[in-house]
Amino acid sequence: MEVNQHIHAQDTVHHDAHGHGHDHDHEHETNFWTKYVFSTDHKMISKQFLITAIIMAFLAMGMSMIFRLQLAWPDTKFAFLESILGKWGKDGKLDPGFYLGLVTIHGTIMVFFVLTGGLSGTFSNLLIPLQVGARDMASGVLNMLSYWFFFVSCVIMTISLFLTGGPASGGWTIYPPLSALPQAISGSGLGMTLWLVSMVMFIASALLGGINYVSTIINLRTVGMSMTRLPLTIWAFFITAILGILSFPVLFAAALLLVFDRSFGTSFYLSDIFIDGAPLDHLGGSPILFQHLFWFLGHPEVYIVLLPALGLASEVIAVNSRKPIFGYKAMIGSMLVIAFLSFIVWGHHMFITGMNPFLGSVFVFTTLLVAIPSAVKVFNYLTTLWRGNLQFTPQMLFAIGLVSFFITGGLTGIILGDSALDINVHDTYFVVAHFHIVMGSSAIFGMFAGVYHWFPRLYGRMMNKKLGYIHFWMTVVSVYGVFFPMHFLGLGGLPRRYYANTAYEGFHEMVNVNGLITVFALLGGLAQLIFAFNFFYSIWKGKKAVQNPWKSNTLEWTAPVEHLHGNWPGPIPTVHRWPYDYGKPGAKEDFIMQTIPYSETPESNIPGDEH
Amino acid sequence: MSLLWILAVLFGVLVLVRLANITQLSSQLAEEDEEAEQDRDNRFNAWMLVGFLWIGLALMVYMMIGYQHFLLPVSASEHGVALDELMNINWIILFIVFFITQILLFSFAFKYRYNKNRRAFFYHDNNKIEVIWTVIPAIVLLVLVFTGLKEWNRITDSQNQTDGMKIQIYGKQFDWTARYSGKDNKLGASSFRKITDNNPLGVDSLDVASVDDKITREMHFPVGIPIDVQINSRDVLHSFYLPHFRVQMNAVPGMNTRFYFKPTITTAKMREITGNPKFDYVLLCNKICGVAHYNMQMKIVVDEPDDFRKWLKKEKLVFEKAASAPVAAPSSATPAAMETTSGKSDKKAVTALN
Repeated sequence: MEVNQHIHAQDTVHHDAHGHGHDHDHEHETNFWTKYVFSTDHKMISKQFLITAIIMAFLAMGMSMIFRLQLAWPDTKFAFLESILGKWGKDGKLDPGFYLGLVTIHGTIMVFFVLTGGLSGTFSNLLIPLQVGARDMASGVLNMLSYWFFFVSCVIMTISLFLTGGPASGGWTIYPPLSALPQAISGSGLGMTLWLVSMVMFIASALLGGINYVSTIINLRTVGMSMTRLPLTIWAFFITAILGILSFPVLFAAALLLVFDRSFGTSFYLSDIFIDGAPLDHLGGSPILFQHLFWFLGHPEVYIVLLPALGLASEVIAVNSRKPIFGYKAMIGSMLVIAFLSFIVWGHHMFITGMNPFLGSVFVFTTLLVAIPSAVKVFNYLTTLWRGNLQFTPQMLFAIGLVSFFITGGLTGIILGDSALDINVHDTYFVVAHFHIVMGSSAIFGMFAGVYHWFPRLYGRMMNKKLGYIHFWMTVVSVYGVFFPMHFLGLGGLPRRYYANTAYEGFHEMVNVNGLITVFALLGGLAQLIFAFNFFYSIWKGKKAVQNPWKSNTLEWTAPVEHLHGNWPGPIPTVHRWPYDYGKPGAKEDFIMQTIPYSETPESNIPGDEH
Repeated sequence: MSLLWILAVLFGVLVLVRLANITQLSSQLAEEDEEAEQDRDNRFNAWMLVGFLWIGLALMVYMMIGYQHFLLPVSASEHGVALDELMNINWIILFIVFFITQILLFSFAFKYRYNKNRRAFFYHDNNKIEVIWTVIPAIVLLVLVFTGLKEWNRITDSQNQTDGMKIQIYGKQFDWTARYSGKDNKLGASSFRKITDNNPLGVDSLDVASVDDKITREMHFPVGIPIDVQINSRDVLHSFYLPHFRVQMNAVPGMNTRFYFKPTITTAKMREITGNPKFDYVLLCNKICGVAHYNMQMKIVVDEPDDFRKWLKKEKLVFEKAASAPVAAPSSATPAAMETTSGKSDKKAVTALN
């Protein structure tokens, strides 16, 4: 490892030193364990993150299918539930407590393991060294640890599903007192303990990863790669990592205090509680404190999920429009503003939780400010498409889908961010619709775009395009099919996290809509099976990839298709221009890679280009 | 049965393998046709995108008309009417933005699909445009922020909301209990340490104000009288959600939260409006609170003041001993009157208790 870092340091100074040095670096090409399991190579770690996240995503999606069946047909018995869930599906009926467990773990897995760990872990790891021109991450060992903490965290969360008392079931936001009192719900016993342990591991993983991403971007850029020549992907990962470093420790603090309340009799979040026929000794705590701490992470978390997806989409849209991204600096600026604002809007999750209404008004103001940089981003995407020359590869379709969801979900956010309007839609299906579109679907579409686009870089093969199209069309239809009708249910006053909507007479007629939603959900699930097939099939049987299949400008496409430790066999390439010289007038082709100096392209240089 | 499933899955995988092989072979066989194939895919997807846009928008509009009956009926509270108006103004602005941006997104995608004889327009910066589309949303948002905050401040303005009828709503897993403050319009003190089977709210029997308090299993509001609800919980978080009144506030153990609103439509009138003779207002728990969360509700009735008085009269006092005492007869005054007539009788009631 030390040898390796030494080489990094050298590389940034003399480029040719490495090619020689690397050939003697035999220790890295050894056995199965060091290659596939305890790898410190960022490309392998990236694949480990991706495949772990895909497995977790299928687990969480499977859970959503089960509770969608329950919501659509609350009176029907599904015999197979008993065979897969045992006592939680007795006589083919889903247990109400386990329903809440499924909802909780579905949310936890999707938000943390898939869209945070999976998305950042995969693409920050793959792209940061390759796009900034580095041999590997600043610290390969920390990077390996980051994956292994993530893996252990996933394992613990999965194990919690098999406990006698069930997994944590207080919602993914684990608000105390419900999450603190096993008397209140059985999932708050050992299930909640494992949730907390798993989450502590996850936070460790996120921090190790984040520190590595930031230091790599700051220190290991190749010659010529100034900050304003970084692709927007890297900017997105950079800002995301900083958000994570600043906010995850606060979640750790929140979780730690919850552990104290649960196990050591403290009263950070608990006060005045009478349960199971007896008053508890806890006095003076406040459940609102937990909400403040949780959402101090929770809101930046939304952008930790979304920004990498937007970064990937920016790159994919520019490449496939054969046109520079419009407003490169405005894009960076808006991401920075969004990131800053994300730290001062957390209270919009708490307008009606008992927080002082005046504090609420402040959060309304800051929250709606977020809409401005978001609008700028959308307009910039639209202008990038305008008069472009669009290649509809699967990744381009997913990126367009992302922009569509970002608009739809972003707009309903304006309703929810308005404290007065939030009163009646807070915690209803309107919220479920909003965040599944703007955060869930947008981010997962960004991830899909990334997977289709960089699959050749990951595995040296191409994914099947036709199956990609089928996957996209089925998924985009089912996302709108599932989440659009939910707005109406929410506006009709239907609360979220209800096991059945049959308790109140006024909701009876909503059952049909729930059936429709579930049909679309099943369709969407089927589409993901096609994706999974395509993914794993293409790893081994896909068409061999060429060096630069999408005719991109960025550095990762200059590295050989066959992976090697250190990324480039010879010296690290030098960068001479920004990454978005697509469709430049006068140029021989419609793209000019970052490694080509201006001196070689006199025909396309325009005044203002550096020489 | 499970064998059938396995076969179905295997069959599905087989189909996908064949499909993947065929498309791959066909493209390998005719390597020179790759460009033509991409052209075909581009055309196909461009049409799909534009089709998705217009069919999607049509379905959306169809749903917005066809799903009207899922929406809540006219608000049964005063502030709710203003909120609904605010919501509609927001919707109009949001829909304009929604239609413009989605139509542009998909239409650009369709119009500028790949053509190998064309080059994209090399256009990557225009500060003037960036400023314009930063400033315009900023102005629109400021208008929305301030109209929204005006309503919010009016709804939560506790300093000018002193005339309401004080009612406590008390949540526990998994039901609600209401406590009416009686003619003194003051809720007696309570503590979770005083909770017993006979005193589920832990009301302090020594507090003068609690003597005329009444505990009920339904919540009735007199129409046109402002209601000042104090919201409490004894175990975990709950949420006091009255969708038909546009009222919601969490119940937090260890803390008093409140909501002030004025019901304006009686249950009978709302039955006429909705055309549903069985319609009832409802209080729903809207914060996940345990296994029976979905079933934690309470019937809400809005009465004419006379009917309200009759109903309240029949309800039991917190401390039953006092109920038999003649002095503790339920109030027949509206809250405004209650305030002025409290005092003297309270003392007697306490002596009756002791």
